[in-house]
Amino acid sequence: MRNSEGRWLRLGVLGIVTAGLLLPIAAGLWETTRAAFGILPAIGAETPSLGPWQRLWSLPGFGTSLRLTLWTGFASTIAALLLAMSFCAFAHGRMRPGRMARLMVPLLATPHAALAIGLAFLIAPSGWIARLLSPWATGWTLPPEAATVQDPLGLALVLGLMIKEVPFFLLVTMSALSQVKVNEHLAAGRALGYGRGLVWVKIIAPQVYPLIRLPIFVVLSFALSVVDMAIILGPSNPPTLAVAMTRWFFAADTALILPASAAALVQTMVVAGGISLWLLAERFATRFGKSWVRRGGRGVSSGPGLRLAGATAMFLMGLGTMALFVLILWSFAWRWPFPAALPESWSFKAWMRPAGGWSMALGQTVVIGLATTLLSLTLAVAWLEGEDRAGMRRAVWAEALIYLPLLVPQIAFLYGLSVTFLRMGVSGGMVAVIWGQSLFVFPYVMIALSDPWRALDRRMIRAAAALGAGPARRLFAVKLPILLRPILTAAAIGFAVSVAQYLPTLFLGAGRIATLTTEAVTLSSGSDRRVTGVYAVLQSVLPVAAYAAALALPALMQRHRRDTAGVTA
Amino acid sequence: MTLELKNVTIRPCGGCDPLFAPFSLVIPAGGVTTVIGRSGIGKSTLIDFIGGHLPASFEADGQTFLDGREVTRLPAEVRQIGILFQDALLFPHLSVGDNLAFGLARHVRGRAQRRERVEEALKQAGIGGFYDRDPDTLSGGQRARAALMRTLLAEPKALLLDEPFAKLDPERRADIRTFVFEHIRDRNVPVLMVSHDEDDAHAAGGPVLRLDEGQAE
Amino acid sequence: MRFTIFATLSMALASPALAGGWDDTLAAARGQTVYWNAWGGDERTNAFIAWASGELEETHGVTIRQVKLSDTAEAVTRVIAEKAAGQTGGGSVDLVWINGANFQSMKEHGLLYGPFLRDLPNARFLDLSEDSAAVVDFTIPTEGYEAPWRLARFVLTHDSARVPEPPRSMAALLDWATANPGRFTHPSVSNFMGATFLKQALIELTSDASVLQNEATDETFAAATAPLWAWYDALRPNLWRNGETFPENESVQQQMLNDGEVDFAMAFDPAAAAAAVELGLLPDTVRSYAPESGSIGNVSFVAIPFNAAHKEGAMVVANFLLDPATQAHAQDITVLGSYSVLDPANLGEAEKAAFAALPTSPALPSNEALGPTLNEPHPSWMTRIADEWAKRYTE
Repeated sequence: MRNSEGRWLRLGVLGIVTAGLLLPIAAGLWETTRAAFGILPAIGAETPSLGPWQRLWSLPGFGTSLRLTLWTGFASTIAALLLAMSFCAFAHGRMRPGRMARLMVPLLATPHAALAIGLAFLIAPSGWIARLLSPWATGWTLPPEAATVQDPLGLALVLGLMIKEVPFFLLVTMSALSQVKVNEHLAAGRALGYGRGLVWVKIIAPQVYPLIRLPIFVVLSFALSVVDMAIILGPSNPPTLAVAMTRWFFAADTALILPASAAALVQTMVVAGGISLWLLAERFATRFGKSWVRRGGRGVSSGPGLRLAGATAMFLMGLGTMALFVLILWSFAWRWPFPAALPESWSFKAWMRPAGGWSMALGQTVVIGLATTLLSLTLAVAWLEGEDRAGMRRAVWAEALIYLPLLVPQIAFLYGLSVTFLRMGVSGGMVAVIWGQSLFVFPYVMIALSDPWRALDRRMIRAAAALGAGPARRLFAVKLPILLRPILTAAAIGFAVSVAQYLPTLFLGAGRIATLTTEAVTLSSGSDRRVTGVYAVLQSVLPVAAYAAALALPALMQRHRRDTAGVTA
Repeated sequence: MTLELKNVTIRPCGGCDPLFAPFSLVIPAGGVTTVIGRSGIGKSTLIDFIGGHLPASFEADGQTFLDGREVTRLPAEVRQIGILFQDALLFPHLSVGDNLAFGLARHVRGRAQRRERVEEALKQAGIGGFYDRDPDTLSGGQRARAALMRTLLAEPKALLLDEPFAKLDPERRADIRTFVFEHIRDRNVPVLMVSHDEDDAHAAGGPVLRLDEGQAE
Repeated sequence: MRFTIFATLSMALASPALAGGWDDTLAAARGQTVYWNAWGGDERTNAFIAWASGELEETHGVTIRQVKLSDTAEAVTRVIAEKAAGQTGGGSVDLVWINGANFQSMKEHGLLYGPFLRDLPNARFLDLSEDSAAVVDFTIPTEGYEAPWRLARFVLTHDSARVPEPPRSMAALLDWATANPGRFTHPSVSNFMGATFLKQALIELTSDASVLQNEATDETFAAATAPLWAWYDALRPNLWRNGETFPENESVQQQMLNDGEVDFAMAFDPAAAAAAVELGLLPDTVRSYAPESGSIGNVSFVAIPFNAAHKEGAMVVANFLLDPATQAHAQDITVLGSYSVLDPANLGEAEKAAFAALPTSPALPSNEALGPTLNEPHPSWMTRIADEWAKRYTE
């Protein structure tokens, strides 16, 4: 009885996920592929051909763009991963994980675009750092001619990506570390004569790695195909492949949509190839690591290395925090000429013109955020409850299904998806954007909610059942209230992900839907840092507020209870 | 080779009462001394102190000497004091053999020679041919023996046993105990065991000391 | 002028029918929300559009929702995608701020609604004669598929406190940049403004500028642009960051001028600098000027896609933009500072007075400083210049 009911729920959820998440991605990829091979009737392209590919190879800067993409994607991911792992080793026993997590919330929650804008305000030749040091330390009365942002090597982009990725890796690493006997293995390793750092490298890291491998792939895929941050911090002539492609999609010469679609397929191959390359490197590392371990070398102390990595991670977090702070400064500035360390005159004017734009963008961002979060959360709860009722563990393919939207580069299917949506009559508007964003919000909500849901003490459910509570009452009266905190945390994560979405809003909103993120990216190539500052500040405040609410609400709603505090995400 | 403790006291936090009264002992090479005391008095904490694994929140007074050299402030990894824990703590990502290879002292060089030493130790532990096995597939007793071998291969100058038999099932316990002490005696190093089990103390055969309650100052 | 009179006459003759038609348009437009796709990088323009929305809502019940584009081509792409999906009505773009290549592209693909210009009552204030700037977009006759709304002129802006005597020709600019390496740049050539800078240079440097009025061929292009590339090859190493990277658009470059990263900005709007001073975005020592031989000028247009959901509303907006009162408001440097597209000859005394009463600013160039207006080359030149530049200077 219970099993069959669970199966229907599971089938229903699976149906919705397939139709709502999988099919759009497949349809989008299909339309993109068609265009890549010369079929886009709207611009009169109706015969299949390899022309788009030939055009793509001959587009100026294509090779450089590809190289830049690979370099920035891999460099930022590898460096961020190493720094985060080293920082965990460095901070272990020195800092409580809870405190570390709280310190990182602002950087985790801030959308990539806002952070990129802040970082550009900070490290540009005319940025805040140069202003703070000039002219007394540097002698500069005019900004130096240095390529500190949009540099041809993409270093600023790598830096920006790292500032966002290190906290993310720290979070997943800390969560993975809780599943490893760190203290015991550390003691065992040291008693065998290995220094702290070496034990982390040889013993702890290899145990953590398999637990965070999927998040690493998500980050790698993201870093290889990021657009908003690369527009703001990356080189412009030529830009990374994803940015170049976005430009081609929106170019005056509409024939460029065809090679752009081919480039979108290249982007997919880049990500797939990147992950394969990573897996290959992993095999080599395992083989090399094994023989390294077998040699038994105790080696020199890796303490200094860890301390350096720890300090670098702290430095990055410091840069990130300053970037957020300088956004606030600019939003309240009026005249702030170089090299003044602080604005010459202050003003609320940038904030006082809500009708000029930000109130509308704020409203739409909130509405879309709430809708996608609610949708994703409902679906996630239904999925997990279906698993419970059917008494089944999650199959590998189901896990893969959840991660799929995060692994396939967005730009590969968004143009095709917008064409598909148009054909379905769900053209550019709220519905399309909410649907499109949910593709990326749902996986995060699902991932955030799965572990706490499974950690729920099953005896409580059995006790409730023994008291005669049916499945519905068990869900609504027992599980959901107990899991209130992780549910709200998952909601906050979902909301933050929604606020940060750039490409889905751009492609599916037909430009009618302007969120804080799309506006901030557009304004970042404008002349008014003060207005840009307002949008970026709002953009960062929203997710942080969501996290704060996720923390404060349970305390408020359940102030007479204690035990629900135990389950946290 | 001797292990010597002088007036050791440990507080779980700055300003807390000490866990036990000031404690001193001397263990000669080849000697096995057992320390007993009620559970919770800080026997394992004492092991942590000697081995260099005391958490930062603890405060300790007194000194540890190994072979007349003070090691109190040295980091754990250079003390050359081996520990056998309650759990075998085999590293799950390495095979049984690689766990032993990880312990095997660095001065044994050459891939073939190192492999040979490990295979030999596995044979001694009664798990010959298990080099490539996943530690998870071993029984509790096999794990305990593998853990001892891993510790001994590191050639420690002193050995600490932290209730190493407490978690084994009663039938196996005597066997393993005999196995452990047999192998330890060969090494001729000072051994300190903490336990709350009188049988362990008997089997060890050496002096038995008792940790007394600490007093509020 | 004869044509103007003719146009006015013909309009007056047609007025009974037209009046009825326009009333129908007004009635249909009431309550519509017009999605105006317009470049969103300029806060003043955004504020002006928001103002227009308020005015129109009050007078005609039409609201404007600005869809802020970072590039006009985004709107073109959207209409194409809609056509791809077979959506011939209820489209998402009602009105689009458009020019040159984008207009040509939409017109060629049959993506525009019209002709509608002569249906707008306020079109009578325009010079509608055949070669008038109001009906020719980058040498392409608009044929009534676009309505003009603002006038643009290419100007250079410098900080007189740092550069008291700016170079007034492209040759002088090269000398100045060589003497001051790293202090001059232009927006990326993939951007409209960057390409306009190169066109301005081309008109000055090429031997016979008249070929530029015809569609470029491989031969005319190679011959006409040879002096341009020679000049640019000499200029580029002396540009900001050795000419390896460029500001994305003129707004970013204006910010660089404000920060002192470079000594020049450029705009397609003579009042841009004056307005930026008002907003605290530039120091009050900046001045704008055009090269002494004159500068490129053109008229910005609005067009309506073939599948626009709110065509009537869009026409009401286009008509409102041509209202002399609106044009005077737009010319106010505290508002937009964009020059009027209307023909003064068609204005009454009261309307002329409204223009005369507008405030002025030292950063606003005088008519002498602006010099003569040069015609835009045929759009094919811009496309080819951008492609050729990308080929030559993209590694």
